[in-house]
Amino acid sequence: MTETESAGAAMAELLEFTGPVVEFTDISIGFDGKEVLKEVSFAVERGQTLILLGPAGTGKSVLLKLANGLLKPDSGSIKIFGREITTMPEREIFELRAHIGMVFQESALFDSMTVEDNVAYRLHEEHVPEEEAHRRVVEALKFVELEQAIAKFPSELSGGMRRRVSIARAIISGPDLILYDSPTGGLDPITSTTIIELVMKQRDVSHTTSLVVTHRLQDAFTMATHRYDAKEGMRPIAKDGPERGIDAGTKFLMLNDGNVIFNGTTEELVHTDDPWIKQFLS
Amino acid sequence: MCGAALADLFTPPLYWSDIFTQMDSIGVGSMPIILLTGFFTGCVLALQSVTALKEFGAVSKTGSLVALSMVKELGPVLSGLMVSGRNAAGMASEIGSMKVTEQLDAMRALGTDPIRKLVTPRLVATVFMLFFLTIIADAVGICGGALVATGLGLNATSYLHSSYQSLIYGDVVQGLVKPLFSGFIIATVGCYFGMKTTGGTQGVGKATTQAVVVSAVSIIIVDYLVTRAMIGVFGR
Repeated sequence: MTETESAGAAMAELLEFTGPVVEFTDISIGFDGKEVLKEVSFAVERGQTLILLGPAGTGKSVLLKLANGLLKPDSGSIKIFGREITTMPEREIFELRAHIGMVFQESALFDSMTVEDNVAYRLHEEHVPEEEAHRRVVEALKFVELEQAIAKFPSELSGGMRRRVSIARAIISGPDLILYDSPTGGLDPITSTTIIELVMKQRDVSHTTSLVVTHRLQDAFTMATHRYDAKEGMRPIAKDGPERGIDAGTKFLMLNDGNVIFNGTTEELVHTDDPWIKQFLS
Repeated sequence: MCGAALADLFTPPLYWSDIFTQMDSIGVGSMPIILLTGFFTGCVLALQSVTALKEFGAVSKTGSLVALSMVKELGPVLSGLMVSGRNAAGMASEIGSMKVTEQLDAMRALGTDPIRKLVTPRLVATVFMLFFLTIIADAVGICGGALVATGLGLNATSYLHSSYQSLIYGDVVQGLVKPLFSGFIIATVGCYFGMKTTGGTQGVGKATTQAVVVSAVSIIIVDYLVTRAMIGVFGR
């Protein structure tokens, strides 16, 4: 079997997989003797959006990096598309990452490349013809409404624009899983709403499974109670409708001090009896 | 990291465009400092030699002394140190900045191995270009020496003849093996400290300083070891 054929077979296998897209079982990891995550377990089904909430420094970003194989846990099992990645060789993880998009906390754009080269990075690595790569870059930049910035360098962009380029770079290959690491962190409220609308647009247009890290409650609840519509843009889900104002595919995982203290739906979260969660939400 | 960078040479993909970009940056970019260093080292060597050899009536041996010193020792070591100061620092700061701004993680997340993409091209380019930069430094140094020697009354033809006659095969091999080691040290040390950078901009500065110090000291230590080994092989 040639390399292309085996890559094609692996992709078909991923697309056919029907179990949880992300599955963490008893994951623990520590740095410099301090345990950051303690036996964390959860699963994300296909098409679902899991919002990771919690105060700063509780291991949310670490969890996201674990999900992308950028860090190895000290113990436990991580399955992405049903494949165990904790024991997977780095070369195979690189192949798996072709199906995963990631938006970093500070965008992590390559500062020596233009917006076009940044967004097309993965396509260039896959030797996609230049003409097709350009077309797809324009398409991705249109999605984030930033096609006018195609020839600019990251240093010429504002924080919000950089975040949008980062989203375009993550979605250009049509990933089956997207990891957003604090996509609105450090942005003003108006820009944050624009970014959340984009995250929602990707959720509702492409139905991509996603993990969204945030410590901004308003962003989390906007995602849980709104939907993107091609005509009207972002709009609230009708409270008197069948969904009772809440997106059923959006769930919450709350971390505190490295432990999972909540894993459930929006409704369960707002009606929780846990005093710490109540205080956090207030 | 060294092993992975070398192993990546034998498996696809090889980033040829990055290798050529680095060759341009390291090789062509270092040319001015190599020309200046080589030239003035040759000049000062000739100046000192003429003064010292005059006492023994051996001024005619100036060419020989300058050529042997440049080809066997000063050309390789000074080229290594100059390129180390310029490029090990550049590699550590560039890769270090990428590390602290999560660009290395982004590269991995986009399916690219940073060692293959960043370290291997720098390693190949440094080893390859330092070899030729050393040859240029040797040649320019001998020419600089010739210029000073003729200015002090020596015959240019006799100087160059003496230089040519004094060099044997072993001397040239010794002088050309050293930059291969120096190039390897510069690239691996520079990239290593870049990849291990932590702690923001202050960390980048620290990594840059460490890369220059470690690579410069390593070049001199390895120079001694290679010289010792070469003397063992060639007898001089």
